[in-house]
This record gives sequence, structure tokens and C-alpha cells, in this order.
Amino acid sequence: MGIQQDITKNILLLDGAMGTQIQLLNLQEDDYRGEIFKNHPTSLKGNNDLLCLTRPHFIERIHLNYLEAGANIIETNTFNAQRVSLEDYGLSHLAYELNVAAAKVAIRARNTFQQENPNALPTYVAGAIGPTSKTCSLSPDVERPEFRAVNYNELKSAYREQVEGLLDGGVDALLVETIFDTLNAKAAFHAILDVLEERTLTAITKENPNGDIAIMASGTITDLAGRTLSGQTAAAFAVSLEHVPLFSIGFNCALGAEQLLPQVLALKAFTNTYLSAYPNAGLPNAMGGYDESADTFRNKIEPFLIQPELRIIGGCCGTSPDHIKALHELIHVSANHE
Amino acid sequence: MNNTLFLSGLEVVRIETKSNFINIGERTNVAGSIQFKRAIQEKDFVKAIAIAREQVESGSVILDINMDDALIDGLEAMRTFLNLLAAEPDISRVPLMIDSSKWEIIEAGLQCAQGKCIVNSLSLKDGEELFLERAKLTRKYGAAVVVMAFDEEGQADTFERRKNICERAYRILTEQAQFPAHNIIFDPNIFPIGTGLEEHKRYAIDFFAATAWIKANLPLAKVSGGVSNVSFSFRGNNVVREAMHASFLYHGIQAGMDMGIVNTAQLAVYDEVDKNLMLKVEDVIFKRTENATEALLEIAQQFNTQKNKIETTAAWRSESLKKRLSHALVHGITEHIENDVKEALLHYPTPLSIIEGPLMDGMNIVGDYFGSGKMFLPQVVKSARVMKAAVAVLEPQILAEKERNPTQAQTKKKIVLATVKGDVHDIGKNIVSIVLACNGYEIVDLGVMVPNEKIIETAIRENADAIGLSGLITPSLEIMCDLAEDLSRRKLNFPVLIGGATTSRVHTAVKIEPRTRVPVIHVNDASKVVPAVRSLFSKDENEVFLQNIKTEYARVRENYETHQRDKRRVSLKTARSNAFQTTSAHFPFQPKQLGVHKIQFSVKELEPYIDWTPFFQAWQLAGKFPAILTDEVVGEQATLLFKDVQEILNAWKEENRSTEGIFGLFPARRKNSDDIEVYSKSYSPCAEDVTFLTLRQQTEKAQGIPNLALADFISENQQDYIGCFAVTTGFWAEEIAKKFQAEQDDYHAILSKALADRLAEASAELLHEKVRKDFWGYAADEVLTNDELISEKYAGIRPAPGYPACPDHEEKRTIWKLLNVENEIGISLTESLAMYPASSVSGYFIGHPESKYFGIGKIELDQVEDYALRRGVSFDEAKKILSPLLF
Repeated sequence: MGIQQDITKNILLLDGAMGTQIQLLNLQEDDYRGEIFKNHPTSLKGNNDLLCLTRPHFIERIHLNYLEAGANIIETNTFNAQRVSLEDYGLSHLAYELNVAAAKVAIRARNTFQQENPNALPTYVAGAIGPTSKTCSLSPDVERPEFRAVNYNELKSAYREQVEGLLDGGVDALLVETIFDTLNAKAAFHAILDVLEERTLTAITKENPNGDIAIMASGTITDLAGRTLSGQTAAAFAVSLEHVPLFSIGFNCALGAEQLLPQVLALKAFTNTYLSAYPNAGLPNAMGGYDESADTFRNKIEPFLIQPELRIIGGCCGTSPDHIKALHELIHVSANHE
Repeated sequence: MNNTLFLSGLEVVRIETKSNFINIGERTNVAGSIQFKRAIQEKDFVKAIAIAREQVESGSVILDINMDDALIDGLEAMRTFLNLLAAEPDISRVPLMIDSSKWEIIEAGLQCAQGKCIVNSLSLKDGEELFLERAKLTRKYGAAVVVMAFDEEGQADTFERRKNICERAYRILTEQAQFPAHNIIFDPNIFPIGTGLEEHKRYAIDFFAATAWIKANLPLAKVSGGVSNVSFSFRGNNVVREAMHASFLYHGIQAGMDMGIVNTAQLAVYDEVDKNLMLKVEDVIFKRTENATEALLEIAQQFNTQKNKIETTAAWRSESLKKRLSHALVHGITEHIENDVKEALLHYPTPLSIIEGPLMDGMNIVGDYFGSGKMFLPQVVKSARVMKAAVAVLEPQILAEKERNPTQAQTKKKIVLATVKGDVHDIGKNIVSIVLACNGYEIVDLGVMVPNEKIIETAIRENADAIGLSGLITPSLEIMCDLAEDLSRRKLNFPVLIGGATTSRVHTAVKIEPRTRVPVIHVNDASKVVPAVRSLFSKDENEVFLQNIKTEYARVRENYETHQRDKRRVSLKTARSNAFQTTSAHFPFQPKQLGVHKIQFSVKELEPYIDWTPFFQAWQLAGKFPAILTDEVVGEQATLLFKDVQEILNAWKEENRSTEGIFGLFPARRKNSDDIEVYSKSYSPCAEDVTFLTLRQQTEKAQGIPNLALADFISENQQDYIGCFAVTTGFWAEEIAKKFQAEQDDYHAILSKALADRLAEASAELLHEKVRKDFWGYAADEVLTNDELISEKYAGIRPAPGYPACPDHEEKRTIWKLLNVENEIGISLTESLAMYPASSVSGYFIGHPESKYFGIGKIELDQVEDYALRRGVSFDEAKKILSPLLF
């Protein structure tokens, strides 16, 4: 048994937003610092990934909430946990350790849930790998379009460290997500392929159902014209990652369900793998927040579920365990109809 | 889907087994284009990018990029070029073929491309182990691969060797590297034929056979090749080369070739090649006769001379009258025009019918050729000169005709053109005026420094169909906004065309259009003005055209706003705290001769200091001097233009013409972050002292990159120095241009003005050198060539008020006061602070070894507020002065 067998039976449900849930806790500087970073020279408030070290129980609780809502896959709290992003806080040396810790927190939550719910469907932990705070295809300086704030090799080694941490922490899948620059993602997958090769692990795919690790890709379409930030069409994004033995490919973030799902389905002609979608709870309101209710969210996703290729859904910014619960009911109901 | 080769740039290219032939652009390959190689060698990436764009526009589906050349740092060039391409969405939409014989360069390229590329190439040349390793890496980068038929023994040159090597490579790739077969492309070596050597004669036949074999025996693999190689021995004879390429491709595709590296802008159509030539070409390709090469060489001679045949003057003179008129116009020949027009008077009913008939027909051809890039601006101006000469002959007759028949209706559309109040630059406006006149529009040209009121009155009086505004300096932008607003308020519905160096589509969309109800259309380039005006005046297209512009400008506004919103700026305070800090221990150098000095330069001594590249730009001929003279596209025109300007230059040398200038070097000190206090007399303050106000960048910078202001290059604590200057070619140059204009000779008028501009710039360059070496003396030992001067390889800068580093034109008033410029050498400042005469340059001299040019970019209101206090003007006034810098 494994994720490949599961997905052929059910649509797999990914969890919802981590950041939004952390916000609700109204944590203060001291929470982020804990004992470990008591004397750190700069402010750490807002560096959510640190909480796996300083306030692991809060994160574990959030994971549990999602599992109880019905999520089959939970994502580690590691969106910014690689040295390129951590450098902004002067914490790049912690990259590996943070990933191991975050994986362990998620796995602990998963084990607790399975003990308490022995009849629930299997659940999986996916290591979340974000886009980093820098981009390899665009110049941050308009006066020097040839300049890059980061290069491929720097990204690749930063990602490698993250991947090793996540794998050592015991994750079942690696999810490279919110890809706004495909070149950053290519560096991430390059690192993943290198590490798998060295550890003689194989990727779980339709052709290799008994592989070791599921590799998942999720891009971000930043405008309604259907392009990534680095300018690619949805199709070009998929073609650029064609070489990766993916378990799933899709989009997340930036758009609400009604805008995002059609972009995901446009990938059909360019990939053989399963499609995934985890939209935001609508488009941001004037204050930058999200206010789409769980019901609206579910209703917007519902019409797309008849597409057989779409096998993984979940939520991104602004979604909560309620949203995931609504999706769980939706999948459950539509399964009964079959 | 599994069998389809997909590639991607920003968009996807799909290559199926039965796809059309895929053209791969070869001109972004230093071995495929001399122009590209030169551009890369000279680091002229603007040109290099233009070549890439031209390839994509002419139909390249994939771009082949190769930087292998002994004189080029291939690794750096590959990175820089690909990074720059990424910023050009109209080019980077296509996939890239990363081409190098060095693996490091290929890898560097792959690390800069987000799309799915093709690696060109791998081979078994260095053995199986390396081949396998690189194939696996290629896969990790997500690229397809070209495999050259090359092994440990060398390049495959027979059918058997091609077959064996490709088969072996295919097995290794698919069985050991798990390389998907549809991602493998073989290049079975296209070698030159017709070389005279016996062993080369089967090269084409064997290539076709190998192609067919690969397609039949190595499932899903593709075949490609560098087509231009085949005709290598016929270099210099493009007719024959193109015929060979057409034939080779035709038969290659029959055999199964999927793609090829070609010059997409120069492909002959197989069926349109001369039949006899094609017969001889194919005799060589298929080795059909023993002496095929000799036969082709013989016939090649004939095609070579045919293409380069020199037209004799007599030939066109014996044509019909109509054709002669048209020929004179298209070729810009004034010599016979008077006689021909007089002859026409005998055959046509009225003088007007000659203008509207054969002359306009000729000018329409000129307009079409120009519009489609077959003629260049200097030629069009010469054509206009012929037209004017012809009209001059007819004018007395037309006036007489008018008296007899005063009710004759006005048929031509009329456009009022002007350079706006306070601005004196008119080269661009004059060119637009000529181009429009060539295309049958009546132009009322009001000249330079025209008040808005006069423009509007003229438009009403002349019953104009549109108004065209031009301006070169930033204050002119505000004046254009006022005029458009005024028209709207007075309910005068004249469409307004906006042009000139300082204008832009963004400015028109963001700042002008929202303030008026009249249509405003930005046309910056003389070649764009005719299509715009034609659509504007066309009954059928007008509505759609204006609607499209409205939609486009709305989109531009939206993009601008999002872009500016996204572009983070910091407060003035933060920007100041991130000012440039001098890194080296820099001790200001005391000038040898402080104070104010006047100078004169003869045209003769200025000549070596002339930067000719902008001269050609003024004529819309793109390219660097001197390479532009031999440019494939514009070389011929550039050479003619250069010859004509040399004549004027020589005349000015013989007439002992000279330019004038004034400059001063003063003690100075930075104060309050952004001000430079200048002590005019001594180190202690006095009434004549001035303060230069500089502006500071507020764009959020990456770590370690400062927010610059020019003041940063002047020391705050130590005694430092600054210079300033003004130079002018002089009133005499204006007079000469006016005289040409009076003689209806716009061509020479524009030539003189453009040359006068160059001399003013050369004067600034020469003066700067003298200041560095003698007057200031901090670079007494400097030895630089003219090219090095132009590319500013010296220490120190001479930024000019009104340009990016110091966009505030008000600073000219300060320089004028300090140097008493107007009284001393006669340059005056208009109300918009343009310099008159127009061929003048002013600026500062800054000596700091780390000083450099930069752009201020957009600024925030806190800086405007601060500036208002420093300048002693109201906030609103400051906002107006700095409006081009505000979001």
C-alpha cells in the first residue's frame, strides 16, 4: 500500500494554509525567539518556520487540526526553510536542522492522529519546498537586466540542504510549491534528483508505484493571462519540468478556485501525471486578507471534480481546517454518488 | 504524448513526427553571423538582442546560441546574453538551443534558461564515459540533446560511419542514461560540397542516406544539421548559396530531416530558384556528373555579376516620362527633375495633376519602401528633396491656376507640426515633417519654441486635421499635457500626435491622455508616423484605431501602476542613510587652475573626438560606428551618409570654424547629504557662491547597492572640488542649416544640424580631457583612444542637468549664474531651460575615481517636499519641476 494506490481510489486531500493559522495564534516576538534565539540580534517575529524549533506544539496542533478535518497529505512548516531565505534573518546555518525538526513535528502529528483514528485513510507528510526569496530568471535591478541576485548553483545547494533535512526527518513526499520562477524550481528538482540518486531512492510514479518518495510540483500563475511571474504559460511550465519523475503537477496560490482550476486543467495535454490544485480562499480583499467562506470555496471547486485527471486538491492562503473539512465532505459525497 | 518532443521558452513548441520542418535561427551564433560576433566582441548586447529579435520575427522557431570564439569569454557572454534574453518576452518565448563545443559553456547556458532547451551538442568524441555523464546531466537540466556523429576516431564522413556512430550513441542514451528517445536529435554532419576534392563529393548524398536510415531504424529520434555549411565553398555568392540551401533542405526534408540551423531571414523558395541554376546545383549535390562542380562554378560567376550589376545612368533616362519621374524620386536624383517636370507640363492637363499623378505615385513607392524597410531615412529625405524641387518648378503655375479657379477644394489632410514652447530641438520633427509630406499630407510646420496658443490658433485657422507636437527636454512634457487639456476644455477636437526623444508611450498614456478628451497618439519614430496617421484619417479604420489606442493606453496605465506599486521605494531618510560610501582612501585632488576659463576649439582639432554612432541614430540607422559602414543591412546607406557629412565637415574645416566654451573649477563641499556648496572665489563663503542641488535614488536596492546622488561623490569632511561647463557649436551652424532650409534642401539642413550636435558633444569630450589632464590635472598621464573616450574609460564623469543622473533642468540656471554663460559665450536658456543655440552641452565635472553615471528613477513626495525647501519654491512648484520623476 502507498500513496500511488490511494490516489487511484480517492482524490487526495491536501491541507490548507499554515501562515493564516499561525496568525490566529497572535504570537509575539518572544514566541518566535523561544529560549534558543533569546539573544538573536534582529527581530524574528514573522519567521514562521522557526516555530518548529521554538513552539513545536503550536505547529503540531495545526497539523492535527488539518488531519482531523480530513486532510490526507499535510505539508511541513518549511516554506522558507532554506539558506537563501533564512539569510534575511541571519539564520542560514540552521537550514538543515529546521527541516529535520519540521518533518518530525509533522510526523508526530500524523502518528498521534493515526493512533486515535485507526480506521482513517492513510495520511502522508510532504516536505514543503518554497520558491526562496530570490529569483534566478529576473533581475531585481531594472538598470542591470543581466544581473541576478542568486544563481542556479547557489539555489541548487540551498535546496539540497533542505531536501536532505526533510528526508532525514522522514517525509513521504517532497512538494516544490508556489513556483513563480521555473528556473528556481529546476534547481530544486536538480537537487532532489541528485540526492535521490546518491541515496539510491526512487520516485513514486504511475510507472513505479512502489518507489520511495513522491515528488510533487506546484506552480503559481500570477496573472489572469495565465503566466507565471517569470513569464511562462501554464503549458511551458509543465514542459520545462517534463524531465522530473513527478507524482503530481499543478498550481497553487495567487488565484481563487474559479481562476486557478482552469489553469490546472490546461496542463492535461502536456503531462501524463496526476493534476493538483490548491487555490487561495478567493482573491485578496482590499486589506490583503481572504474572506471566502468554506462553503463558497467548496462550491467553486465542486464543478471541477468531474475531471478525472484532477486527483489532489487542497487550500492555500486564507484557507482553514473548515475549508478542508468542506472539501472532505464534498469528496465523500461525490464518492457516494459514483 | 509520450512520443512528442516538446520544447519551451515562455511558450511551448511541439515537434511531432509529422511536424513541419523546424527552422533554428543561426544568426545568434558567432560562427553564423559576423554582425553577431562583432556585437558580442564589443559587448554591444543591444545589437546582439536586436539580431535575436530579428531571427524570431523572421520565423525562427528555436534560437541557436553559440559564443565559441577565441576572442570571446564564452562563459560570460553566454550568461550575460541569456540573462538579457530573459528580459525580452517577445524573444524568449522561443526555446533555446545552447550550442558550444565546451561543456562548461553549455552548462552555464542551461543554468540561465527556465525553459526546456536543446543541448548542442554531445558526442562520443571523448569516449563513452564522458558522453554518458554529460547525457545524464543534460537530463537533470531537463534539456533535449543534439548528438553529433563524432566518435573517438573523428567526425563521421561516410554513410557507414554516420550510421554506426548514431546507432551506438542511441543505444547508450536510451539503455544506460534512460534518455527518452524522442528527446534525441542526431546531427549526422553537413559538410561543404563543391570543394573540388573527390572525397567531398558524396557528402550530401551520404547525409541524406544517413538521415533516412536514422529515421527508419532509431525509433523517435530526430535529425538536424547546420545547413549553411554545405555551401561554404561558395562564400560571397549568395545567389548560389541560397539555391544550394533551398535544394539541400528540400531533399533533406524528403529524407526525414526534422529541423535545421538556417538563416531564417534569408531562405530562398525551392520553386523560385532559377531552373538552370538549380539543375547545376543538384548535379553537385547528387554527384550526377563528373564535372558538376566546374559547371556550377561557371554558372555561379554569371549569377554573381547579375546580382551586383551596376546601373548605368543612361538606362533609366531612356524610360517613359512617368518612370523617369518615379525613378528620380525613388533614387533621390535631382539632376534631371526640372527638365522632366517641364516636359510633364506638356502632357498633363494641369500642374496639380502632375503632383497628384506621377509625382505622388513615386512618393507612394518611397513611402511603401520605407514602411517595409526597403528604404532608409536618408534616402527618404533625399526623395523629399527631389519632390520639393519638382514642386518648386510647378508652384508659379499652380498659383496662377488658383487665381483662375479659386474654389478648388482642399483634398489633402493637413497636420500642424511644432516643437513646443521652450524647446529648440527639431531634427526629429523635421524628419517626421518630411516623411509625412512624402506620403501626401500637407504639413504646416511652425518651427521651434512655439507657444501652445499659436499652435491651437494655427490649427483652427488652417482647418487642420491633426496637431503634431515634438520635444526633447523633460519640461516639454508638461507643456504637451497643457495643450491637450486646453484643446479638451475648448472643445476643439484635433487629434494630437506626440513625439520626440523625451516622450514615451507610457508618459502619453499615464500623464497626457487622462487629462483630455481629444485623441492623443504617441508616435516616436518617423517610420511609425505614416501608418498611424493613415489609420487616423481613414474613415473605415479611424474608430477601431482610436479604440485600440484607448484600450492599449488603459493597459499601459494599469501595467505602469502595478509596476510602480510593486517597485518598492524607500523614504528619503532611508535612501540617504544608504548613500554611497567611498571605499578607497580617496583624497580630493586640488585643481592646478581654479577659477573660470574660456576656450575655443577648431573643427579640425575636434574631428578625432566625434562620436559618430549617435549621428547615425539621428537618421534612424542602427549600429555602432565604424562597423555600421559595413553593416549587412544599412551599411550602404550609412556609407553614403557618412560621405555626405564628411563633405560638410571638410567645408567647415576649410572655413576655420570653431566652437566655444566656458568652464570653471571650484572648491566645493557636500552639505546636508544631497547639496554641493560651491565656493566661487575662495574657500570662504561669499555672495557669488552657489549650491548645486542633487537628487537621490529612492528605489529599494539590493543589499550592498547604494541609493546614489551626485553629491555622494563630493566629500563632506575634506576640501573637495567640482567643475561645471557649457559649450556650443555656435550661431554660425544654425545659420548654415537655415540657409539650406531656405533652399528647400532639408537633407543638408538636417545633416548640418546633426553634425553641429556632434561637434558640441565632441567639444565637451575634448574639454573634459583637457580638464582631467591639465586644468584639474588629476589624470595627467591618461592616454586613451577615441573609442575608449566614447566608452568613458576615464576617471570622473561629466553629468548634464536634464539627464538621468541629475534630471533637474533648474540646475542650468545655477551653472549659468556661476559662469555667467550667456554674457560670456551667448548661450541662452529658454523658459523651459533648453539651451539656444540647440547644439550646446552643459554639465558638471566630477573627479572622484569611483564616480559613475546612473539614473535617478522615480522619487517619492518626501523628496519633493525636501527639494521645495532647498530650492526655495512652493511644494506645487517643486512638484511641477520634478513631475517627470513622479509616479
